[in-house]
Amino acid sequence: MTAVKKTSAPAHKKTSFAVEFKKHPWLYIMLIPGLLYFIIFKYIPMVFLPIAFENYVPFSGMLGSQWVGLKWFEYFFKSSWWRYLSNTLVLSVMSIAFTFPAPIILALLLNEMRSLHYKKITQTLLYVPHFISIVIVVSITYVIFGTDGIIYKLTTQLLGHSVDYLGDPKIFRWMIVGQNIWKETGWGTIIFLAALTNVDTQLYEAAMIDGANRAQRLWHITLPAIRSTIVLMLVLRMGSVLDTGYEHLILMANSLNRTVSQTLDVFVYQSGIQNAQYSYASAVGLMKSVVSVVLVVSANKIAHALGEDGLY
Amino acid sequence: MAMKKTKLETMELNGRTVKIHEGPVGVYRTAGSVVFDVFNYVFVGLIALTTVLPIIYIIFNSFATEFELTTRSMFIIPHTWSVDAYTYIFSSNKILRSFGNSILITVAGTAINLFFTVTFAYALSKKYLRGRNIILNLVIISMFFSAGMIPGYIVVASWLRLRGTYWALLLPGAISAYNMMIVKNFFQGIPAELEESANLDGCNDLQTLWKIVLPLSGPVLATFGLFYAVGHWNSYFPAMIYLTDDKMYPLQLILRNIIVTAEAAAGDMSLMDPNFVEPPKQSIKMAVIVVATVPIMCVYPFLQKYFVKGVMVGALKG
Repeated sequence: MTAVKKTSAPAHKKTSFAVEFKKHPWLYIMLIPGLLYFIIFKYIPMVFLPIAFENYVPFSGMLGSQWVGLKWFEYFFKSSWWRYLSNTLVLSVMSIAFTFPAPIILALLLNEMRSLHYKKITQTLLYVPHFISIVIVVSITYVIFGTDGIIYKLTTQLLGHSVDYLGDPKIFRWMIVGQNIWKETGWGTIIFLAALTNVDTQLYEAAMIDGANRAQRLWHITLPAIRSTIVLMLVLRMGSVLDTGYEHLILMANSLNRTVSQTLDVFVYQSGIQNAQYSYASAVGLMKSVVSVVLVVSANKIAHALGEDGLY
Repeated sequence: MAMKKTKLETMELNGRTVKIHEGPVGVYRTAGSVVFDVFNYVFVGLIALTTVLPIIYIIFNSFATEFELTTRSMFIIPHTWSVDAYTYIFSSNKILRSFGNSILITVAGTAINLFFTVTFAYALSKKYLRGRNIILNLVIISMFFSAGMIPGYIVVASWLRLRGTYWALLLPGAISAYNMMIVKNFFQGIPAELEESANLDGCNDLQTLWKIVLPLSGPVLATFGLFYAVGHWNSYFPAMIYLTDDKMYPLQLILRNIIVTAEAAAGDMSLMDPNFVEPPKQSIKMAVIVVATVPIMCVYPFLQKYFVKGVMVGALKG
């Protein structure tokens, strides 16, 4: 994801595009499908952004619909917008606090393993959930934590009262975070383990001779070695603070946990696609996109200030 | 794990006496270190088990009778084995048809993904391509700013009118910008001499890509093909918002409808069979989960190294 460098080739500058095209016709033809894809599915939607300021009706089209200015933005801030925003932020902060460090810790533990055979077997198992679809993860949760499920029955026996895992708003976020930890922690270790393979083993030997114990070597050699990877991943994660994974949330949401399950992107889905309030949902979505860009740019600046490469 | 010396050892080095603790190579080990190792193996082993235990539990329970599931409080291995749930599932058109739909979507989708990704990445891997920087910047910007869910939905549904067709599932994700950049970097790493000599032999760029570059890119294509394929197999959301005919639904969406929205397992079946009895619910749910998970589980062990390689390439070059 490095920024594109200017390739100034004076020899090419003089020839016209027609000459270039004749030299490599197929190269330019090959460019067409991908270019069309990015224009149609990434940039034409941006052309449709003004519907956030309209009362968009699909039948009339974007140009034929009535212009309403900032109406939807005002409408949103008069609604219970704070609930959507706080639900989003609380879930995001929880997920950064718990799902972000988990793969780092697990990678460090795997790295300390001497038996390569054992390490390989555990890794193979740990990567499995990543390939299980979110529908299946949620289905497994329903079957295990539902009223017929083994965990439900077990906790009922142990606690003496039943716990409504799927409906209780207080448990909802922990279920989401737990599912994410179960699904992605193992897979998330790969990137950190890759960074750890680049550590020069001579550093450990030198530290040993200097009398550094295991914890000291971890703190002074291993952690600094993956520091830039951690920062990079954190910068990437900051850009998606407002993304709570609506494809996941709408599967877990129900009428009982509505007060906590409605995040910004769930709101965009419900109002835009379920209720066909295209303009309203676009306005909220637009705010979300703009804030995300600001967040990723600032996170990147912070990374630079910390002396890291960051994203670009 | 060899239990060796537990006291600190020292050695002479350049006339100095230094303490030696064990390293990754591990010669001498302190008591604390051994305790940590034991804890580490047990702890990570338990975590690894939790990833597969729910799946194993569901596989075993899907072979239990509905009677046992409702009456016996907690168990993993059933007393009485039964394939009723599976008989029921496979006698219903709904599940089998959606299974076929998922295969169709996965195969067609992956083919489209690879075609779009490879052609675009190959063209962009040539530094002399006119407009290359502009296009690359367009790609990078699209990775950070998106118009959002609704404008994308309007483009597919109202503007292109793809609602109700599989194109709505296949085209909007035809290229993952991230994957495309990695494939482009890979193509750039192929020695230019190979392609130049092909050009001298009279190959045009398309022939060079087909005859020289692609045969060298086997593992990369396998990796990204697999990522795309798993993505298609696992996705339900585009199908849910774009498909109108439930005969076209993929397996994941049917699974969601059965379990998440608790829709009856086979509404169409009750119409066909007059002697239809109430379906065994919990076991049906479990059996459907097994049917949807097994294809991935079967291929996973053989493909694991490609998946990991894909992330590594991305981690090092991205």
